[in-house]
Amino acid sequence: MSIKKNVDLATSLKGIVQKKLEELGIKFCEEIDRGVFPTVQMRSRSTSNIFYSPKYRQYILGKSKVTRSSRNIAHLRPFAQMVWTAYFVHELLKQKKTSTLRDVYYSAQAYDIFFKDQSESDDIITDLETVIEYPRESFNVFPEERSAVFGDLTIEYTVPGYEGRRMNLSSHPDGVMIGPALTDARFVKTSADKVIVVEKGAMFTRFVEEKVYEKFNAILIYTAGQAPRSTRYFIRRLNRELDFPVYIFSDADPWGMHIAMVIISGSANAAHLRELTTPDAKWAGVWASDITNYKLPSEKLSEIDVKRLRELRNDPRYKDRHWQNQIDIFMKIKKKCELEAFSRYGLTHIVDRYLPERLKELGA
Amino acid sequence: MAGFTNPARSIFTSIRELVENSLDAADVARIPPEIYIRLSRDDDSDDTYTLRVADNGSGISPHHIPLAFGQFLFSSKYRLKQARGTFGLGGTMAILYGQITTNKPVKVISSTGKSLIVEYRLLINIEKNRPIILDRKIHANSRAKSKRWRGTVVEIHLRGSYAQAMPKVLEYLKQTAMANPYANIIFVDPRGRLYKFDRTVEKMPPPPKEINPHPYGVDVETLQRIMRSTTEDNMLKFMQKHFHRVGEKIARDFLKRAGIPEDRDPKTLRPEEIVDLVKKMKEYDGFLPPEADCLSPLGEDLLREGVLKELEPEFVAVRQRKPSAYSGHPFIVEVAIAYGGKVPAKDDILLYRFANKIPLVYDESGDVCWKIVRSINWRRYNLTPNMPFAIIIHVCSTKIPYKTLGKEILADQLEVSREILNGIREVARQLARYLSRKERVKRQVRRLTVFSRYLPKIARFSADLAGRKPPDISKLYQRKQVFKDFITSGKYVDSEIFDSHRYSVVFVHIQNKHKENPAAVRVLGLVNSKWEVLIPESTLTSGSEIYETLRGRYEAVKIQAKSLKPDKKSLIDAYIDGLSQ
Repeated sequence: MSIKKNVDLATSLKGIVQKKLEELGIKFCEEIDRGVFPTVQMRSRSTSNIFYSPKYRQYILGKSKVTRSSRNIAHLRPFAQMVWTAYFVHELLKQKKTSTLRDVYYSAQAYDIFFKDQSESDDIITDLETVIEYPRESFNVFPEERSAVFGDLTIEYTVPGYEGRRMNLSSHPDGVMIGPALTDARFVKTSADKVIVVEKGAMFTRFVEEKVYEKFNAILIYTAGQAPRSTRYFIRRLNRELDFPVYIFSDADPWGMHIAMVIISGSANAAHLRELTTPDAKWAGVWASDITNYKLPSEKLSEIDVKRLRELRNDPRYKDRHWQNQIDIFMKIKKKCELEAFSRYGLTHIVDRYLPERLKELGA
Repeated sequence: MAGFTNPARSIFTSIRELVENSLDAADVARIPPEIYIRLSRDDDSDDTYTLRVADNGSGISPHHIPLAFGQFLFSSKYRLKQARGTFGLGGTMAILYGQITTNKPVKVISSTGKSLIVEYRLLINIEKNRPIILDRKIHANSRAKSKRWRGTVVEIHLRGSYAQAMPKVLEYLKQTAMANPYANIIFVDPRGRLYKFDRTVEKMPPPPKEINPHPYGVDVETLQRIMRSTTEDNMLKFMQKHFHRVGEKIARDFLKRAGIPEDRDPKTLRPEEIVDLVKKMKEYDGFLPPEADCLSPLGEDLLREGVLKELEPEFVAVRQRKPSAYSGHPFIVEVAIAYGGKVPAKDDILLYRFANKIPLVYDESGDVCWKIVRSINWRRYNLTPNMPFAIIIHVCSTKIPYKTLGKEILADQLEVSREILNGIREVARQLARYLSRKERVKRQVRRLTVFSRYLPKIARFSADLAGRKPPDISKLYQRKQVFKDFITSGKYVDSEIFDSHRYSVVFVHIQNKHKENPAAVRVLGLVNSKWEVLIPESTLTSGSEIYETLRGRYEAVKIQAKSLKPDKKSLIDAYIDGLSQ
């Protein structure tokens, strides 16, 4: 299908963010002109202000706000760090350049702004996200971790030097890295109609080899464990702009289950952001019930696994009946297994039998 | 012989005995001591030395010299006052040791400042305890009367090992200089090296008075000695005349309780009655506590001076405790604590112990002072033993409670220990206050530095974001250095003026960077076009700083600085910060 009505969330967003940053600078300058110490307000990210919103199906921040004032000695340093960060990312947007969290940490030193360590600069970037109310990807700061995508989707780059250039995401058998250039690319043409996400590299490679993208008309995404934010953002775009359903496959244990959940409903850490979740995505397996139904080789749940399951049982994101059932089964059979467990019945078993059955079951 | 037990100790003790004699002689003459010590190795031997100690003390009259240096005196003297002489035998022990080990005589040269100088060469006849005069010369003290030489020179030959004794000898001299800051001491060692300890004050502590023994502190032997020499013929008068703080009323009451008739002639008391009398004296609870005017403590000023001179600390606190007594012996404890500067940081606390102005440099660990220092929870004073601080303890008494014959270790005498402990606590509290004040200033200065560091950056990057030129932050905050390397004079000089009308809080930070000299500073504010004193004259000792917050509105603020002592220039840096809102 050729994508005509191009929603193109990425580019319009950048303009909004750039404007917001400039307004922040103007506000501070005017305050200083009036002889007032600049202040900035943002929603509090303390745990007491993080709530689960059934409406958005993700964690959101409550109404409570914090004010950071340059009159306060304790705020002064982070305040200056935040103004610099705002300046720095504004320059990135203006020059259409990207940066990583680590890069930001080091770049600061050139401006005589110092961060104790990268976690301090990461925190300041999160502050800026909270103030601007857009994720850092929208101001061109990306994480280090890279995950990959494979499938019949033609994209057109928007990054400087590549503007207008096109590429098909099935052109490289190892998949194409989901980095800044891809995150901001325009979607041009596709024959796919769904997205299949896997957490494990071995499984991703198997799916490519077994032509899952052809057999199931799917775009394949490999998350490398917990999905990085740029990947979550990319999955969201596929879902929102192309209306593709998203199916997530992860290990049958509390940790694999939660990898799927974060893609669907986000994390508490990102409660200040709204552009990272895909609430309609589905956890397609491996379910606890699959362990017995498919007679998969399994291991005993560890104490930590059980503890984690108890936590998840009370987590508002897991309120849904299906999740609760799966947690109950885990607790009952006290077993877990990995995606690779299907290999017991031959290398292609998962693609030949499990995948079609499961997708059918989920109405795909 | 106590103190002469090995070759190193013998050298040390000989120097110590003669130096202390010299210091006492200068005390008697009431003139600041000049002491010259020379130890040289004899040509003919590896382990024999010549020790020469010269002083400017009272001198000894010519006919007393043979007896003073060639005989052990067992005097009938029983009255008490504080003196150094560790063994009460002056240098005679050193002379005897020298004679035994080298078979050479002692040379003594002395003058009391009259027209003659006498020179003797003596040996001691050990069996008969009498001096043998080998030679006597008379020299003319030929200068004009006011410039005549006075003092004593003693030269002995002795066997020993300087190489081993050296660390203790040097430590001893340094500490002696600390406890006697009014003394000039020069030492030339066998390798020709010169060690010089200069006095920093001329003032000497007031001399001790001689007093009678206190009844609580008298032993049988002393009582017998008093009885042999007394001219009184009844016990009532005897008690009053020979004992400290015993008046007629107390004497009557005591004798009644002791069951001794008032008119009994003391010379008729039988030995067992004398033993009983000593016992009764100790049991009787009506005697008044001893007075301390027989003591000659250093005093807080001199102790501070001595510590500053020899340890060169950044901070010193001194404390003289009130006089007290144990078993009838009066005593005074003086304590100092020195911190930072040239005081080294070691694994453990530096402890200096003094008894009657004599440093105790041997057998430290067994001393009660260590026990007390160890018992203190230093963390309560924000101190840890590895910080650079030293404790100085001086006990003076007519009878120092030594633990051993060697007279280097103080015994755990309840009353004395309590005074030492309380003294250390007092000075430690002062140090703790000093350190916390210093920490507070540092923190405040750091706080303000944050404004000067970050506000310009906030302005600059905000302007870059907004695409305009940076706003002026001086409405919010301003820092101005109003004195930079300013050298003070005898009169107050104004700093640059700080325009403070728009700020609600003004911070003043003044440092005296001079290594020695103190400064006087004050802060003035312009109110209704008139300068008012906001912070009155404060002393800034060398290396110290003050930090003050001024609240309220002033049109302008300035600092004035001058030298505390007119001829001693100090070096001042000062900053004024203004903060709005």
